[in-house]
Amino acid sequence: MAAFFSPFISKPVTVSRIMLQVLLALLPGIALYVWYFGPAILVSIALASITALGTEALMLKLRNRPVAPFLKDHSALLTGWLLALSIPPLAPWWLIVVGTAFCIVVAKHLYGGLGNNMFNPAMIGFAVLIISFPAQMTHWISPHGLGQIELTFADQLRYMFLGILPPQVTLDAITMATPLDTLKTHLHLQEPVQQILDMPIYGRLAGHGSEMVSWGFLAGGLYLMARRIISWHIPLAYLGSIFAVAGIFHLLDPAHYVTPLFHWFSGAAMLGAFFILTDPVTGPTTQTGKLIFAAGAGLLTYLIRIFGGFPDGTAFATLLMNICVPLIVLYTQPKIFGRKGRQP
Amino acid sequence: MSALFKFNGGVHPPTHKAESTTTPIAVLPLPTRLVVPFRQHAGDAATPIVKPGDHVLKGQLIGEPQGFVSSAVHAPTSGFIESIGPHPVAHPSGLPDICAVLIPDGKETWIEKVAVDYRNTPVAELRDHLRISGIVGLGGATFPSDIKLRPLRGHSIQNIEVLILNGAECKPYITCDDMLMRERATEVVRGGEILRFMLGAGKVLIGIEDNKPEAIAAMRAAVAAGNLPFEVVSIPTLYPSGSAKQLIRVLTGREVPSGQLPTDIGVQCFNVATAYSVARCFEQGEPMLSRIVTVTGNVTQPRNYEVLLGTPIADLLAHSQPKTDTRGYLMGGPMMGTPLPSTDVPLVKASNCFIAISDALFPAPPATLPCIRCGRCAEACPADLQPMDLYWFARAKDFGKTQSYHLFDCIECGACAYVCPSHIPLVQYYRFAKSEIRAREQDKLAADRARERHEYREFRMEREKREKEEKLRAKERAAQTAKPAINDEAPTASDAAAEARHKIQEALAQAKTQAAEVQPKNTENLSQEQQADIAEIEARRARIRELAKSDVEAPKE
Repeated sequence: MAAFFSPFISKPVTVSRIMLQVLLALLPGIALYVWYFGPAILVSIALASITALGTEALMLKLRNRPVAPFLKDHSALLTGWLLALSIPPLAPWWLIVVGTAFCIVVAKHLYGGLGNNMFNPAMIGFAVLIISFPAQMTHWISPHGLGQIELTFADQLRYMFLGILPPQVTLDAITMATPLDTLKTHLHLQEPVQQILDMPIYGRLAGHGSEMVSWGFLAGGLYLMARRIISWHIPLAYLGSIFAVAGIFHLLDPAHYVTPLFHWFSGAAMLGAFFILTDPVTGPTTQTGKLIFAAGAGLLTYLIRIFGGFPDGTAFATLLMNICVPLIVLYTQPKIFGRKGRQP
Repeated sequence: MSALFKFNGGVHPPTHKAESTTTPIAVLPLPTRLVVPFRQHAGDAATPIVKPGDHVLKGQLIGEPQGFVSSAVHAPTSGFIESIGPHPVAHPSGLPDICAVLIPDGKETWIEKVAVDYRNTPVAELRDHLRISGIVGLGGATFPSDIKLRPLRGHSIQNIEVLILNGAECKPYITCDDMLMRERATEVVRGGEILRFMLGAGKVLIGIEDNKPEAIAAMRAAVAAGNLPFEVVSIPTLYPSGSAKQLIRVLTGREVPSGQLPTDIGVQCFNVATAYSVARCFEQGEPMLSRIVTVTGNVTQPRNYEVLLGTPIADLLAHSQPKTDTRGYLMGGPMMGTPLPSTDVPLVKASNCFIAISDALFPAPPATLPCIRCGRCAEACPADLQPMDLYWFARAKDFGKTQSYHLFDCIECGACAYVCPSHIPLVQYYRFAKSEIRAREQDKLAADRARERHEYREFRMEREKREKEEKLRAKERAAQTAKPAINDEAPTASDAAAEARHKIQEALAQAKTQAAEVQPKNTENLSQEQQADIAEIEARRARIRELAKSDVEAPKE
């Protein structure tokens, strides 16, 4: 008899299956990424996957933990994928390798491994990279039809691994600032929002191409909600909070503040709402706590985007709210059965 | 139809009830040997009132209730008492308990059965009748039913508005209540009416999960036939809606406050099988001698049996023919049951189900992974607890925190562990924490007692010192009355050296004898009060020695 204690039956759900579902839910976003920006992202994801699994195995070995069951939980893979999707695909190969290794080694295992890390490992990796390698972190590839020159996949690989561009091609010709970055720069130049949004890099709602990738993540996120892998609390509170605060600014001064929808479909908002903030390990466990956590992250994301030094704020908002999780959980304990209407 | 209410969470494990409901309840043939434990109920064991060699009749009282929470034990059939002594019982600890071994004579000769007209008998007498008839809750807790029918402390009458008959039977595999309601609904309903009468309850709700349509139909028909104002309520199938507090919530919308009893909110809850036993007890004059039990799982013939209490489980299981790959048995359901330590144990009042287990039916759970705080456990918890936090604190042995997170409100239903994607045996952590806290409370109690004892010892030593001083003074007084004699002789000692030496020696000898005489006199000359004090002190010493001895014998040491 395998288990000597009740219950003797269990639901056929495992950490591994949950993580696989999340990876699966990332696929629509990744597909659209490839469609609009070319296959370079797949190389990033592959590099991140190999690094994540390698460092995970190494750390488990060093920590005298069983390697196979933990590798099979797919949590390292998910961390790698999320980091790869957060950084420019055309960055040199070592950037994603260093970032992923930092995620797994420092942010995850030095804190005690699966289930024990305080901070979202992928966002720690992102923060380390954007602070340490700001130049490489701007190598955002232009979407199809917008760049002056479009590199072939072979040229992209040559650049990623060897740092060699085809003759007469400069880096500036194949990369561009992100829609959020462009907006920020031009707003600094006192240009009105309407004029900025007429630039070709903008599509219907936000950045051309990137808005479609956001739709992909939204679709994946809704799939996760339908499969009850994540609850509605965090996505709703995060997007709701961004919508509310962006809406207020937009209504007060439409010339300087873009629409809430622009913020929804720019940067990592959708990825953050459904895939990053919903990390159970680093988020609150109570339902009220989830709402507070995500609403706070939404507010911080907006504030960093508008008033901060970085074009996007999801990563830092996530990390800052991660710090608050123990406090939030402490003050949002639900009333228990038979104690409702009384102070717990 | 009353509105139904919800409790948080709950789970939907596969019910596996269909297998054992295809055939009617079978009556097991008379076994060749019965082993009847004297503790088949919550509380103190019954005291044996028969001795080896006695011939007993079916239904004859063989164990008298002992203490407030206790119940009676009867001979399940007529026959001879072979022996009375420790025998292995179906307890997870595997420890033996006192049992009577009964060799049936095969005649099934009943005692004189006396039906009780409950409507014309004082309720207190009815309660005593239930107690002496061994009627206990058959839902699993085997709590003596007469106590649940007592008025609340400080009240002269019951203040019960709603009586609930629990036919939810939410646990997977178990179908004994289902089959009972299908086949014997009339008696169940009549038992409910007796309980309603004894409680003076206005309303009777019979809660049955909607996965038992036949039972619901049978019960509704019985209620209609009896022309009773009962309501048979079909409730959604959701584990653990059969747990008393959860069922009360579903049916009435009321929550039993933490640490209180259903009666505190004017509700009382009995299992349908208990109601059936009550009806049999009053209408037929039959004490509790048998129960219905489900045998299912990895067996060729899963079904329900009506089995005499004390029947060896091995006999029972043999009738359902366990398949060859059976590697053990569970008693109770798969959510809260325990492995059967051995099949050489008797069936008792608490035995509701035996499940034969095989690797195919109960595969080994995947390896345990760390908690990822996904919160599925909290979503499933019917007590609105935060199981992942309780787990964390229990693991860290931070028992204070487990208590402030309401560990003792956990009903150990296992819903959290059932949904855990990391397959952590959560309930074991809670049981561990609970037992540690209880052990610590015991330790604290013992320490408090020791401290009191120490403080008393200090006080006593102080007192003894005082007594000694008093004794000394008394002795001095005694010595002074004796002194003149010594003083008379002492001057003469200076006359001549030889004479003096002789006299001195004489005086010394005399002083010695005097001292020897004075010593006992010392206590004899004490005042009445002093003597009383000494006696009191001696008595206290004896008591403390007794206390100290009992502490040494305490299990902790």
